[in-house]
Amino acid sequence: MNSPHDLIRYDLQLIASWIEPGSRVLDLGCGEGDLLQHLIARKGVTGAGIEHNEEKVARCIEKGLSVLQGDISQEVLDYPDNAFDYVILSQTLQQVYEPAALIRSMLRIGHKGIVSFPNFSHWGIRLQVIFTGYAPFSRQLPYPWYETPNIRVITLKDFRKFVHEVGMRVLAEVAIDTHSQDRYGRIIAFLPNLRATYGIYLIGKQ
Amino acid sequence: MSEYIEHDRERVSVGIVAKKQFTFAAPPNAMELESGARLGPVTIAYETYGSLAPDRSHAGLVLHALAGDSRVAGYYAPADEKPGWWDCMVGPGKGIDTDRYFVVCANIIGSCMGSTGPSSANPATGRAYGLDFPVVTIGDMVAAQKALIDHLGIVKLLCVVGGSIGGMQVLEWSVRYPEMVFSAIPLATTMRHSALAIAFNEVARQAIMADPHWDHGNYYGGEKPGLGLAVARMIAHITYLSDESMRLKFGRRLQDKHDFSFNFDADFQVESYLRYQGTKFVERFDANSFLYITKAADYFDLGKQHGDGSAVKACSKAQAKFLVISFTSDWLYPTYQARNIVKALKKSGRDVSFCEIEAEWGHDAFLIPGERLKTLIHGFLERVHDEFAA
Repeated sequence: MNSPHDLIRYDLQLIASWIEPGSRVLDLGCGEGDLLQHLIARKGVTGAGIEHNEEKVARCIEKGLSVLQGDISQEVLDYPDNAFDYVILSQTLQQVYEPAALIRSMLRIGHKGIVSFPNFSHWGIRLQVIFTGYAPFSRQLPYPWYETPNIRVITLKDFRKFVHEVGMRVLAEVAIDTHSQDRYGRIIAFLPNLRATYGIYLIGKQ
Repeated sequence: MSEYIEHDRERVSVGIVAKKQFTFAAPPNAMELESGARLGPVTIAYETYGSLAPDRSHAGLVLHALAGDSRVAGYYAPADEKPGWWDCMVGPGKGIDTDRYFVVCANIIGSCMGSTGPSSANPATGRAYGLDFPVVTIGDMVAAQKALIDHLGIVKLLCVVGGSIGGMQVLEWSVRYPEMVFSAIPLATTMRHSALAIAFNEVARQAIMADPHWDHGNYYGGEKPGLGLAVARMIAHITYLSDESMRLKFGRRLQDKHDFSFNFDADFQVESYLRYQGTKFVERFDANSFLYITKAADYFDLGKQHGDGSAVKACSKAQAKFLVISFTSDWLYPTYQARNIVKALKKSGRDVSFCEIEAEWGHDAFLIPGERLKTLIHGFLERVHDEFAA
């Protein structure tokens, strides 16, 4: 079972573990398609992706993935209802201009949504703000404030509250302590909002 | 369009190719056209590259644009000045790999490159059709190609690919004969012409029709409406370029002189270039064919023809997997028109990939050798080939 396909990023491995074999998956902001490729190879899914960067889109299509170039908030509008079993938004929520509209669209076009994001209330970030007085800068948030694409500050608690407020339901969640490109990591069960670097949520309709 | 094509730097080529012809629809079985008129017999000039597997799988059909022909790659003779119009894409190990796929390219009806068109002999009179040639549509062109594909014994095409008017044929193929198209690559194209595109075509047609030698299309055997056709080509050619590409290629540089001539000779390089392109075009192309093909492109409207006015309804007839490609500087068929194709395909539940390639060369970018387009098409074909086999 230790083919190179297993060695995708740790957070992506956890996302993959939630996906039923043979399902239809849409990956929003799919990058170079690592997760899609893994899901197709290991789970036999029918996969599609949306990515705004031409270079990355081209890499995906060259690999044989079905990916289209565009803005995720716009592109989700064109799919028919329930076109997918899972719609994935991996490490992108913090960059979305209208998160509520996007989450609603995700659960219109898909039965379930999977959302992951860096946790802004990790103790390291809290300590940085308290003791240095500067805006957080970490391996999960590697940008100074004036260059960051991350326009949303989200914590695990915030996200749970948000899901409830937009009328959706958290079906499963896992908090992890890992660095952004790590292939191995650990699950945080105790005080996740303080100790986890990332949160991953499986969400569904009420 | 062939002005970009040069010999492959590494001399990789399909080599010597031969034009073939297939004739069908001889009266009384003449082909019924969309206009209701009948045409027959119909001859199609075509070429094939690579070899057809016994199971006739992995066959691809390449569709050419306005001024193209069946010679998509290779040479008719070793001394040929230039290879076929898409030699950079079609050949051994290229984007459309002739070692792996059997490639067919056919000249569209209405053209003058070996298929039946206004310059062909009208069996009723024994002379060239001229304007007695019925107006053909993109749908008619595709229906004629279908007869050829049937004749070749191909039940399902692995891929149908083409740019510009060739891309319109790709879209038409995918909804007219959905069960015959496993995948489709429409490049730099649209589901219907904008007013801007129709306007340029109309100006070009007027240039031809204003030439006294045109004589209502009745010039065969006499002097050709060369000036009119040259101007038509110049107009069309401008729409294939972009502000950026013209700035880079010509700027305001003068042609073989240091100062203005203070008369109406070609002072600027861009003037000289367009005149040259116009003159070259007259040598190889028929003015009436230009009228017929541009009219077919203007009439093309996928939603109107196949979806009662709805592009989504039209696209929902298709079964193919799509790769749609546009180019940033294409102002003839801008990216929003490609996105409309993508949107209609998504709404109808089709599998669609889309990439907007950053390119400064305008509409003609799809004909210019480039790694990005090559690897996109190559990767997509590999994928659909695997899925076709499965």
